[in-house]
Amino acid sequence: MVSRDAPAAATGTATPAGTGLVLSGLAVGHRTEGTLRRGRASTVLPAVDAVAGRGELTVLLGTNGAGKSTLLRTLAGLQPALGGSARLDGDDLLGLRAGARARRVGVVLTDRPDPGLLTGRDVVELGRLPHTGAAGVLGPDDDAAVDTAIDAVRAGPLAGRPLGRLSDGERQRLMVARALAQQPSLLLLDEPSAFLDVAARVALLGLLRRLAREQDLCVLLSTHDLELALRLADRAWLLDGAGSLLTGTPGELATSGAIGAAFDTDELVFEPDRGVFALRTRD
Amino acid sequence: MTGADTAVRADRSTQRSGGRAAVALGVLVVGVVLLFGLAVATGSVVIPPGRTLSALLGVGTPDARLDLLVTDLRIPRAVTAGLAGAGLGTAGLLTQTLFRNPLAEPYVLGVSAGAGLGVALVTTVGAGAAAGAFAGGGLGGAPVAGRLGTVAAAALGAGLVLGLVLLLSRFAQSVAALLVIGVMLGSVITAVVSLLLVWTDPQTAQQYLLWGLASVDGVARAELPVLATIVGAGLLGVVLLAKPLDGLLLGDDYARTAGVDVARVRLAVLVVAAVLAGTVTAFCGPIGFLGIAVPHLARAAVGTSRHRILIPATALTGAVAGLACAVVAHPPGAGTVVPLNVVTSLVGAPVVIAVLLRSRRLGGRAW
Repeated sequence: MVSRDAPAAATGTATPAGTGLVLSGLAVGHRTEGTLRRGRASTVLPAVDAVAGRGELTVLLGTNGAGKSTLLRTLAGLQPALGGSARLDGDDLLGLRAGARARRVGVVLTDRPDPGLLTGRDVVELGRLPHTGAAGVLGPDDDAAVDTAIDAVRAGPLAGRPLGRLSDGERQRLMVARALAQQPSLLLLDEPSAFLDVAARVALLGLLRRLAREQDLCVLLSTHDLELALRLADRAWLLDGAGSLLTGTPGELATSGAIGAAFDTDELVFEPDRGVFALRTRD
Repeated sequence: MTGADTAVRADRSTQRSGGRAAVALGVLVVGVVLLFGLAVATGSVVIPPGRTLSALLGVGTPDARLDLLVTDLRIPRAVTAGLAGAGLGTAGLLTQTLFRNPLAEPYVLGVSAGAGLGVALVTTVGAGAAAGAFAGGGLGGAPVAGRLGTVAAAALGAGLVLGLVLLLSRFAQSVAALLVIGVMLGSVITAVVSLLLVWTDPQTAQQYLLWGLASVDGVARAELPVLATIVGAGLLGVVLLAKPLDGLLLGDDYARTAGVDVARVRLAVLVVAAVLAGTVTAFCGPIGFLGIAVPHLARAAVGTSRHRILIPATALTGAVAGLACAVVAHPPGAGTVVPLNVVTSLVGAPVVIAVLLRSRRLGGRAW
């Protein structure tokens, strides 16, 4: 059964109380920007209840415009929440100051930044900004954290190369390493595989699943790679496009028909037992 | 971490960009010293190297007039040129990083125009003392005090324009839009200045136009400490901003996720850039191309965008460029002075084009 109101229940992996990410009644949306009419808000998701555990890979699914990015950007502190609460390991995530949040939440965005003359290692070292002093000088601990982050994404050979000469997949791995160098407990990724080819997508999702386990991270990522995500994820959050969030294990969401309800088209239908889309058979 | 790991990690510094930065910075320091000597030695009267050296060292030469030439004209000119280059270069670096655009520099953003408006107001509306002082003469009234008024007006004008750009940036959707807004503001202000000049008497207008050609000759010895102090303070401010500027390299959103208070950093960067560009403009007139070309040259020299290396490199490259322009603007033996903007445009534009084309081929933008 898919849980709609009791987020902690009916999930595959048991999460000890108070760890990981817990959203309760979180309202997200956009305040009107770019005009003189400030303060008016358009709500995208009125009340989100969900849990993402430490050591787990949680995927955020939904069609375009369902609110995936809005939710992730709100959790990343890039836009204000409109209501409700989000707790990370028991602490109020939305109330954290920017510096404190950056030490606990690592973020990988869809953007492909072009920072100029930087090597892979330079970019990963930028992840230490929240940990260094005013001068930004790296200490031995910082160097070690950067080394660990580069090793974790197996980007050793990329570290000395200029960012401008790397492929999109290689860059995205380094952006993950940059987020890991912040030594977060929550890793948020907004469609990290958007510009990647199939091989790089599989590699990236596999990497994130491994990182969640190895470093006891809470990994939450949005993706359009539905079939791959459902196979690899421990937990899925499904935005139905009408402002509600359904949570459960991928299997639960598939068998309940929720995935099909959100993604089926006139031509394609989701087959829960095989976990793939198939052509709709005409009667 | 084990010993073996440490041995493997000995290549950390080689993985960072800017491996040749130390050499480049050393070469730049030597270049500043050599060009300073050259700027003192050449001009309408060429001073032999031995006499230049002894005059610089304060030993004195047999010719008292030569001493006076060096201490009262050549050294102020060389120091001004170096400071102007360093100030405009770092101001350009600040705006290029902030706007993440290779074309963003104070001159383009209308900051120089704003400074020009301040000067124009002082010149046309203000008292005769201030008006005379900026032309380097002092038609009555103390030159330093008059100059300070002009500097304040120029810095205020520059700050006003950057402030307006900043205010509009709250509503602008993108950095590109902000850049275009800056350009538009610049043209509006230039138009206002032209209007002011239409209504003023021809002599004042001519003084203003002369100032608009830009020159490093107008700074008297007594005014040097003012220029040096303000530019020095500005450079210190830039150094203090190195860490958040690095954070901005990946874009505003990534900067925020790394804990950078983007709104505050943006304000600080704009204030420092306005002070640097406004001060230099007040003393030397609106100098084009140094602000845009110098950061590109500095990046090419040190091969990194990391600000801890790039800021000193930009200041030194700016000093080298400013001194080189001063040398070219005062051809040896000739009594004429080439307007500084002619030199910076003729040299600066091809340099910017070359650097941009080269960096694209090398992979990765040079900014």
